[in-house]
Amino acid sequence: MAERVAVIGVGLTKFGELWTKGIRDLAIEAGAKAMEDANMNSKDIDAMYVGNMSAGRFAGQEHLNALIADQIGLTIPSTRVEGACASGSLAVREGMFSILAGQHDIVLVGGAEKMSDVSTAHATTGLMGAADEEWEGFHGLTFPGLYALMAKKHMHDFRTTREQLASPAIKNHHNATMNPIAQFSFEITTEKVINATMVADPLTLLDCSPISDGAAAIILARESVARKYTDTPVFIDGTGLSTDALALHDRRTLTALDAAVRASKRAYEMAGVTAKDIQVAEVHDCFTIAEIMAIEDLGFFKKGEGGKATMDGETQIGGKVSVNTSGGLKGAGHPVGATGIKQAAEIVMQLRGDIGKRQVSGAEVGLTHNVGGSGATAVVNIFKR
Amino acid sequence: MHKANVPMAWRRFKSKYNLVGTKCTKCNSSFYPPRLICPKCRREGKIEEFEFKGTGKIVSYTIIRSGPDGFEKQTPYPIAIVELDEGARVTGQIVDYVDSDLAIGKKVAPVFRKVYESGKEGIIHYGIKFRPEN
Amino acid sequence: MEKTGIVGYGAYVPKLRIKAETIAEVWGQDAGRIINGLGITEKAVPNKDEDTTTIAVQIGKNALLRAGINPKDIGAVYVGSESHPYAVKPTSTIVAEALSVGTDYTAADTEFACKAGSAAIQMVMGLAGSGMIKFGLAIGADTAQGAPGDPLEYSAAAGGAGFIVGKDKKQFIATLNDTFSYSTDTPDFWRRPKADYPSHGGRFTGGPAYVRHVFGATNGLMDKTGTTIKDYDYVVFHMPNGKFPLAMAKKLDVPKEKLMPGFVVDKIGNTYSGCSLLGLAATLDCAKPGDKILITSYGSGAGSDSFSITVNDLIDKKRNLAPTTEDYIKDKQYITYPTYAKYRGKIV
Repeated sequence: MAERVAVIGVGLTKFGELWTKGIRDLAIEAGAKAMEDANMNSKDIDAMYVGNMSAGRFAGQEHLNALIADQIGLTIPSTRVEGACASGSLAVREGMFSILAGQHDIVLVGGAEKMSDVSTAHATTGLMGAADEEWEGFHGLTFPGLYALMAKKHMHDFRTTREQLASPAIKNHHNATMNPIAQFSFEITTEKVINATMVADPLTLLDCSPISDGAAAIILARESVARKYTDTPVFIDGTGLSTDALALHDRRTLTALDAAVRASKRAYEMAGVTAKDIQVAEVHDCFTIAEIMAIEDLGFFKKGEGGKATMDGETQIGGKVSVNTSGGLKGAGHPVGATGIKQAAEIVMQLRGDIGKRQVSGAEVGLTHNVGGSGATAVVNIFKR
Repeated sequence: MHKANVPMAWRRFKSKYNLVGTKCTKCNSSFYPPRLICPKCRREGKIEEFEFKGTGKIVSYTIIRSGPDGFEKQTPYPIAIVELDEGARVTGQIVDYVDSDLAIGKKVAPVFRKVYESGKEGIIHYGIKFRPEN
Repeated sequence: MEKTGIVGYGAYVPKLRIKAETIAEVWGQDAGRIINGLGITEKAVPNKDEDTTTIAVQIGKNALLRAGINPKDIGAVYVGSESHPYAVKPTSTIVAEALSVGTDYTAADTEFACKAGSAAIQMVMGLAGSGMIKFGLAIGADTAQGAPGDPLEYSAAAGGAGFIVGKDKKQFIATLNDTFSYSTDTPDFWRRPKADYPSHGGRFTGGPAYVRHVFGATNGLMDKTGTTIKDYDYVVFHMPNGKFPLAMAKKLDVPKEKLMPGFVVDKIGNTYSGCSLLGLAATLDCAKPGDKILITSYGSGAGSDSFSITVNDLIDKKRNLAPTTEDYIKDKQYITYPTYAKYRGKIV
């Protein structure tokens, strides 16, 4: 690669049920924090990319590209990017490409979602817009239902146990206690997960990521410009995007996300690394089963062994690979459009070495794995210091 | 609400009331829901309408305990991915079952049932569900 | 007009049942006396996703399996019911779409309390006999409701049967020899618009209503065709409960064994528009070639349609091409009153 793209600033709002804040408040707060972190003023920004899934449905507000730019006081090129729950990472890619294309030097990439203003049934229905509405949603299938279908099959084919299935949630809640922006800051136990309210068998409420509000932003800069702002730039050296059938029933398998496998291969290749080199990863654990499949799809563990590996502690902070140090979607919350950006911010802070209690010591190579829908879009980005 | 959209529902009645999909006569792959382009043969493919018998077996299943709009009062209901005998996979609810019928590999047959209503004054949406076959 | 015949028939009864004693327990009534008085031990209840349309579709599919005809050759689809899911918008077009009848057909929903299905049969007899259509599909199906605590709650049930009628003798499973109707203005049972449950005249539903019309139509048919009860091997009378048809059989000197094959009410209840038609389907399930069947429906309001039918050789080949009425009656699953109340929209 001729020139590299660096992350020079990150900004995050609190994730959770933020009753006093609307989507524009959240987006502005995250953007301002990222600029502060990068030691810059908004006039330095050349362009913006905004990741958001469903402001139209959740807040009745479309046209976020202009809304957010205007609220920050800018009239620069601004583009909204949508790929369901992978919207954030898609925006990161677009921002990165606009720099590599020579169009811009500094790009603000943000993601935001405001979900708590609507009823749970309405949010459930809205999220199903990321699946196949005509052939899945029509039948009353929900997102927990889709991942439950995968979990059931994974348990059937690989003898993944109920306890193993619960283990990512327990680890991620633990990690979330060390993350000040996390929605949940309490520990949970295997018993609590298993005995929680059943949502879609075998998944209980504590196997599911919550409905969240929140925003995240990062500032990307051309390598030659980056050092003017920071001594600790973190580079995005690899990115991969792949798509698959929207409907789960149209996929090759229920126990892997092929799109994620393909996206990771491309990202590893581009960054010149392999799965073994990854020390810290933020993966898309919208449900417990999703993290188990993710660490298999990314090549950290063999297919079918993700549950056991998690239960054995191989993905805890300081394990073979530290997964979801932020608490993941499960512990930190999942404001859909913000998630991919938050993952990037977490990895950047880990590689800068300034993340505090949950620091993975000596982390130099990290990865984000962000999934849209039940696996129809997957983005893997690889970060190096 | 999108689920109340009448033309959107109406244009799919044929494939919703019966398992009418498509088939690529070049590579013999069958598709349900119908595909307009064969993903294998692409431009060389020849797509024709094809009706599935509807019998198949459960690939995976779950029981929805918290339903979306229009399904809130139907919970709990089992939903499965069914592999049809002719090859395609389809999502549908399982009806007229006993708990032991909910199993991966269980044989099922299609039935025409009410799926949901667009509120008390909207249209009634019908479609194919599956019942266990002994 | 040319004689028409049944070229295909189908039945359907939902799998769910509620026992009379389960209902009696809720209302503090004496189950023994109810069962004795109504002659019904349990009734068929639609699942939460079943309605008259879904029942009619299954009936139509079964009728097509037996008929073995191209559904596109059906020129008329009539669905008779007092529980059409829409007040305005035909059940029959949904059924025709689901049966792939095409677009070259006429259709309408009929309503005449419990005889909307038999009226539909007469309509397709006329159309097929006159050559206006090749085949006609007539279905009687219901998901009948009685008000909570009302005696009707023990009998109002779900299910139905349907018949494909044509005029090519080679295709006849059974020949429709003749039909005769007897109708008057008699308000023994009714439901006003927007009322959830029907009202009825109690004992008035007997003598001046059921008895007068079934008797009138049956005798009228026998007079018209020059037959007597002795000429028939099987007899089906509408079964609003387990008592009225037995009393009618006694009045007309019908031996019990001629009535029993089509006597389904004790195990599934009164399926209203589907009731006498289900009795006919159950009779065809066990009749032999050459057997003669007399069937008389009854619809409150009021009227009866009587039919004289002769079973043909084809019956032996066709009977097992689809599930029989008995298959459906045997395949059952009991539910509790709260489940029943939930599924039937009594509490939500």
